[in-house]
Amino acid sequence: MPSNQLTESGQLRHFLTIEGLKRPLLTEIMDRAEQFSGISHRQVKKVPLLRGKTIINLFFENSTRTRSTFELAAKRLSADVMNFNINTSATSKGESLLDTLHNLEAMHTDMFVVRHNQSGAAEFIAQHVAPHVSVINAGDGCHAHPTQAMLDMFTIRRHKQDFANLRVAIIGDILHSRVARSQIQALATLGVGEIRVIGPQTLLPRESQTLGVHVYHDMEGGLEGVDVIITLRLQLERMQGALLPSAREYFRCYGLTEEKLKYAKPDAIVMHPGPINRGVEIASSVADGPQSVILEQVTHGIAIRMAVMSMALASQSEQAEIE
Amino acid sequence: MTMPKTSAEIQSLLEEMAETIREELADKDPLLVGIHTGGVWVAKALQNILGEDFFDAPLGTLNIAYYRDDFTRIGMHPQVSPSDLPFEVDNRHLVLVDDIFYSGRTTRAALNEIFDYGRPASVTLAVLIERNGRELPIRPDIVGASVTLPRNQHLKLRNKDGLQLEIRAAGALDAE
Repeated sequence: MPSNQLTESGQLRHFLTIEGLKRPLLTEIMDRAEQFSGISHRQVKKVPLLRGKTIINLFFENSTRTRSTFELAAKRLSADVMNFNINTSATSKGESLLDTLHNLEAMHTDMFVVRHNQSGAAEFIAQHVAPHVSVINAGDGCHAHPTQAMLDMFTIRRHKQDFANLRVAIIGDILHSRVARSQIQALATLGVGEIRVIGPQTLLPRESQTLGVHVYHDMEGGLEGVDVIITLRLQLERMQGALLPSAREYFRCYGLTEEKLKYAKPDAIVMHPGPINRGVEIASSVADGPQSVILEQVTHGIAIRMAVMSMALASQSEQAEIE
Repeated sequence: MTMPKTSAEIQSLLEEMAETIREELADKDPLLVGIHTGGVWVAKALQNILGEDFFDAPLGTLNIAYYRDDFTRIGMHPQVSPSDLPFEVDNRHLVLVDDIFYSGRTTRAALNEIFDYGRPASVTLAVLIERNGRELPIRPDIVGASVTLPRNQHLKLRNKDGLQLEIRAAGALDAE
């Protein structure tokens, strides 16, 4: 567990993982996001809170939604944002990660938003940045994607009043999903009544039962009486790794169709972190149907990222005050 | 002027302020905006005196937390309700209300925020108390009372059994 994502007074300094964070902090992130969400409806869609701050999006892995909502979130807070594309950078010429990092730091950067295909990359960077720099994890390997989990919690809270009475089912490749891992930690921290995972044996982690998560291998049992359904993107390379027979077979068993959706409560909401494989993990009629909140999730991503960025940079002010 | 403290004293100040607003703005279809938290209380009190129909729309509220000039010094402020202007401000005459006018920095932040909603025709600043210590070239148009206080003393409006003013030592207020 990262020891350094909080300041001594318990404020968010980096945001690397949900693990170890307490419920009041998760609630504060959502409350602040609620306040920021109104800004997007105004004539001038920005506030000057982070004016003069420099934020670098450091993406070592492809991303559309996450990178662009981080960028928009920073811009709506009036920060200056630079997108550092690693494929065209000096790293591809052989410069080491730490050299790249220190060079970017030398440009007086205040925050790095990091995505990397190696688990632990964001934490590694957080351990090596100067004390006045914050790091936000935008997804590292199979480890964590904490802002995605928080925007999902925020979306659930917008639709369902009380976490304690909820039954939430996550369907798909739980084993390799940083999204699922962060979601389960957030749901548990927020006191969700029952967390279920549904998928084939090859894609569910062995330890899932010990985390207090209920494991199902069939949709009928797993979706029964559920309030929230989270479908996960099926990564097509899993098929090559012989973990799954075929996309078609997966859709037959675990694809969320209108028929299978009927097992859940009539007012259940359907979520997906994107990008969607239509006809693999979810049918188009469900993804575009009345119970889908998938596009709301994208919108909420901006407010959640505004909240996390401003809280982390605010704790830097606090540090400066102490020094 | 001596410090008004009781609810009755404050009520009579509010009535005078309301009268001035009526005289100056009655023919302009004004809109009312209060700054969280004390300014909203004062705005509601003015609205009560002037009557439901005097202003052209429900009370607007501003939370200027994202427009303050001290983020890099003290970080995020405690959470209060978000801003809510339930009307278009373009070409309208606004009455901006705060409880206590001190340095002028809150007003500066509020004006910046209002202009991110649109371009009002005019903004009239009404405050319950104006105290010494102005730091910017901004001053209120409509004032309930002007008072002089030592620099280490702060004024705080309370809303408990009616509006009341408290004088407190600076450190006690900063701790909140």
